[in-house]
Amino acid sequence: MTDPTPTASPPLLAIRGLSKAFLGVQALDGVDFTVRHGEIHALLGENGAGKSTLIKTLTGVYQRDAGTVTLEGRAIAPRGVEEAQRLHIGTVYQEVNLLPNLSVAENLFLGRQPMRFGFVDRGAMRRRARAVLLPYGLSLDVTAPLGRFSVATQQIVAIARAVDMSAKVLILDEPTASLDAQEVTVLFKVMRTLRSRGIGIVFVTHFLDQVYALCDRITVLRNGRLVGERRTAELPRIDLVAMMLGRELEAAAHRIAPTMDDAEEDARPPLVRFRGYGKARSVEPFDLDIRPGEVVGLAGLLGSGRTETARLVFGMDRADRGEAAVDGQAVRLRGPRDAIRLGFGFCPEDRKKEGIVGALSVRENIILALQARQGWLRPIPRRRQEEIADRFIRLLDIRTPHAEQPIQLLSGGNQQKALLARWLATEPRLLILDEPTRGIDVGAHAEIIRLIERLCADGMALLVVSSELEEIVAYSRRVVVLRDRRHVAELRGGEVAVDRIVAAIASEPAVAGEPRP
Amino acid sequence: MTRSVSSGPSRTLPQYGALAAVLLANWLLFPDFFSIRLQDGRLFGSLIDVLNRGAPVALLAIGMTMVIATRGVDLSVGAVMAISGAVAATLTQAGWGLTPVLAASLGAGLLCGLWNGLLVAVLRIQPIIATLILMVAGRGIAQLVTEGQIVTFTSPDLAFIGSGSFLTVPMPVVITAVLLGVTALLVRMTALGLMIEAVGVNRLSSAGAGVNTPVVLIAVYVWCGLCAAVAGLVVAADIRGADANNAGLWLELDAILAVVVGGTSLLGGRFGLLLSVVGALILQAMNTGILLSGFKPEFNLIVKAGVLMIVLLLQSPTLTLFLPRPARPRPVQPPAPSRAKPESPSPSAGA
Amino acid sequence: MIHRFLPLLVTSAVLVVGFLLCAAQFPAFASLRVVGNLLTDNAFLGITAVGMTFVILSGGIDLSVGAVIGFTTVLLAVLIEQGGWHPFSAFAVALAVAGGFGAAMGAVIHVFQMPPFIVTLAGMFVARGLGFVLSTDSIPINHPLYAEMGDMALRFDGGGKLTLPALLMLGVVAAAVVCAHWTRFGANLYALGGNRQSAELMGVPVGRTTVAVYALSGLLAGLAGIVFSLYTGAGYSLAATGVELDTITAVVIGGTQLTGGYGYVIGTFIGVLIQGLIQTYITFDGSLSSWWTKIAIGVLLFVFILLQKGLLAVWTGRGGAPAEA
Repeated sequence: MTDPTPTASPPLLAIRGLSKAFLGVQALDGVDFTVRHGEIHALLGENGAGKSTLIKTLTGVYQRDAGTVTLEGRAIAPRGVEEAQRLHIGTVYQEVNLLPNLSVAENLFLGRQPMRFGFVDRGAMRRRARAVLLPYGLSLDVTAPLGRFSVATQQIVAIARAVDMSAKVLILDEPTASLDAQEVTVLFKVMRTLRSRGIGIVFVTHFLDQVYALCDRITVLRNGRLVGERRTAELPRIDLVAMMLGRELEAAAHRIAPTMDDAEEDARPPLVRFRGYGKARSVEPFDLDIRPGEVVGLAGLLGSGRTETARLVFGMDRADRGEAAVDGQAVRLRGPRDAIRLGFGFCPEDRKKEGIVGALSVRENIILALQARQGWLRPIPRRRQEEIADRFIRLLDIRTPHAEQPIQLLSGGNQQKALLARWLATEPRLLILDEPTRGIDVGAHAEIIRLIERLCADGMALLVVSSELEEIVAYSRRVVVLRDRRHVAELRGGEVAVDRIVAAIASEPAVAGEPRP
Repeated sequence: MTRSVSSGPSRTLPQYGALAAVLLANWLLFPDFFSIRLQDGRLFGSLIDVLNRGAPVALLAIGMTMVIATRGVDLSVGAVMAISGAVAATLTQAGWGLTPVLAASLGAGLLCGLWNGLLVAVLRIQPIIATLILMVAGRGIAQLVTEGQIVTFTSPDLAFIGSGSFLTVPMPVVITAVLLGVTALLVRMTALGLMIEAVGVNRLSSAGAGVNTPVVLIAVYVWCGLCAAVAGLVVAADIRGADANNAGLWLELDAILAVVVGGTSLLGGRFGLLLSVVGALILQAMNTGILLSGFKPEFNLIVKAGVLMIVLLLQSPTLTLFLPRPARPRPVQPPAPSRAKPESPSPSAGA
Repeated sequence: MIHRFLPLLVTSAVLVVGFLLCAAQFPAFASLRVVGNLLTDNAFLGITAVGMTFVILSGGIDLSVGAVIGFTTVLLAVLIEQGGWHPFSAFAVALAVAGGFGAAMGAVIHVFQMPPFIVTLAGMFVARGLGFVLSTDSIPINHPLYAEMGDMALRFDGGGKLTLPALLMLGVVAAAVVCAHWTRFGANLYALGGNRQSAELMGVPVGRTTVAVYALSGLLAGLAGIVFSLYTGAGYSLAATGVELDTITAVVIGGTQLTGGYGYVIGTFIGVLIQGLIQTYITFDGSLSSWWTKIAIGVLLFVFILLQKGLLAVWTGRGGAPAEA
């Protein structure tokens, strides 16, 4: 099993023609995926590419519609995480993983504790726990609650549990998303050790630097389809980004027409100004100016710090460094209420969890921010509420039988338009949109883009996060490009073009950044 | 879990229907049930009795409804009743006038509510746990006030609140109606009702839209404390005394039950104040019916448990999977303009 | 190490310091007789609280325990006095009924995904109601075995004795400690209380564990009912009203997180003793009124909840102990 030479023996894990549909949407469409003994294999793709569906089908959370999965030549079809574990497929997720309240030893052996005379042999459990962790370079108090240790340590304990339960294939789903550089280094050491023991590791991540530092092969998915499998050494970064984003770089769309001379534009005083603004473990300190009547785009791969930047600007997350100013006046953003008072509005990426108030009507959702700003003592009269709601329902063409429909019954695009209406009703000076067109049908998509352009023309400042590069290029005067939680480039005017953005995303880190083994 | 939140008659029908059914059953068992007579300028009769005896739980339910609408619960209302009753009886016995007595008694309720609200909103302690503290200590405080005695008083002014009548209607009924009206005005004429529902449905989204969630939470607990104080006053005035040990004992559970029967979900969101009062009346009417039909009053507990289980089962996420739900646009299908016909255009339910 | 046992240490310190203060004021306090009585008087509470600890550790709550105790005492009285049963057969039936009742509530909670708070509230109504239906009067139990069992005790010099109820409680506590820390069921309970979803992913049988823990709580409440009937020599449907509150309080004072996952059975035992100590002190003092018990317990509750909140924040805070070797 530790034989690293391919071809002769069957591959460790072979997936052929895997398909899975949800309610008529093809989440996976005939995907092939191969993991060999003793390799670290990156599974990459943007949102909706099908990575998580692939993993969940592999671990038995979902049942596949078509295709075969073979492990060392034997066909398998696990029907649950437990069964997958028994079939030697172990999974470690970024969050919701082990139990922070149990000791390290109990986490390692939950459900398979060493027993003596019908009782758990705690001494043996401790000894075995220490022995299991030793190869990972972890020597710690195995009786201490797991939650007391760093996330990296918890990840390694999770890996140790999976491997100890005889995993041959180890799936690591974004294990590095909340680790710092030091912790990533430790984790990588562990992964290399496991590779040398013949274990096949599937590594899902959004950090390209980590892929190039560690992985032997790369498989890219896009929209549920396999784009290709390459050896890391033979795939230049720029080609990888192109594979992920699905673009031919020659055909990159260019900016339609700059509205104003750049120098003249830059001389205007900004509405908001951030200097050295940032938050540990979220996004590195950045500088950012946004002027009235301009759209600033935030581009980058998933997990690059786009959303984090947007949330800091609105005060949803509190910055722990740097300064913010509005109209040249220093301000503090301690929460959304501060931001709203300054005339900001924010449509979050996770509409359901942080945006809509599901059981309330479209009308109530639309007037909520306006009402909150006015305070509870000055209610907006019912008639006025209806006027506002009806106006925006017409203006934005929100498809709802009537304004009293609970918003959770609307389609995603219409929910998004209602959220936009919520903020437009407050007549904001700065509107922050995180993935405003995600999960929205084509018609609504175009409408929202037209709306963004119209608002900008009316003099509003906008900060827009989007993974649709053409979209960003179409409406942004400036584009900030992020990579690995850092603002790495700012493109302006004529520079704003898809190929330039892709090049910035794919650029090598200036200082040979993390991770150095 | 997404609940069906359609408003209007379709939602309120079960409660009124249940109340009517229970009253009808009472009438069948006891033909004189609906007969009402006027005596000494006050109405008497079984129906009036239901209203009168249901008043304390109805008063509690008014405050509890809003707490539950924010996804919380207040276990301390029974103890707060005991405190407010103790304060009122003790001060009256000490010779205070009616106005300062009422002010002190209601003030005590407000303070209790403020305490609960601060624990929930500022210290972010789970509501069940936060209000458990006052549930335990509150009765002790009430006994401290009465020094362990059953304090009786003779002041006709205070007694009037419990046993007097206004325009032939018993005072507890009048007070309940007034408090219901005032509360309904307070939440529906201001934006408070909207904010309470918004916080209960999705605290994160509400905070993101700028709703001052801590203030909303504190407000509902304070109001709940006030309602409990009023209920405590009514009970103390009715028996012309305060029994710190037993006043309001286990009534928090009845109040929660009334709210649940009234259709406000324990998962927060839409609330109906009037419906909670109807819920309280349903419970009281059942109680009266059991008494009238000669069953042991203790039988009532089992019936209550049955009602609770039925209502909860209807709300259970597991069970709703098997029940028909309003058609819902699938997020990925192209939007079809006409779907899920409105059941009624009328807005949020209840008072 | 210190962190993990801090709530337990604080609770123990409160008990020890409290006892020393009492003894300093009333020299008679520091006697085996007082200690023995403390254990006997709180035996039924201690037994119930053990079951409650398990339920709360698993992330639930059981409001029905007081009602189950009351029901059990009536059932015993009716079976023994009116049915002429032998007490041991009556005990077996009572335990089976109480355990089955708990299991049913656990099943409802798991299958219908309903909040334990409300399901056990309904259970409380049902148990009290059934008790009332059996009898609303207090029925004295005059079976000779009852008197015999009441006299059974380990006697020590100086008038101290460990009665049967006290011994039963100590036995239950010891068994519970073993169960919590040396069985898979115990580990599963903690896992469930830590994070239901993770526990399920790690292979914990969630449904079975949920039903079992409520069954255990019901069973222990039934046992507490037997002890209570031995202690009072009667069956009464209003017996043990509010015991659910006392037990929850004991669990919290004992350092168990009401949200589940953290805590120790032995802490609950100490919590029960602290409550008993306060009551004994007030009896000894004579001039202090009984309500100070409730107020003192309320204050203790508040302090312990705050302490736990602070500790939990420290525990779950990132970047805890550095682990890399």
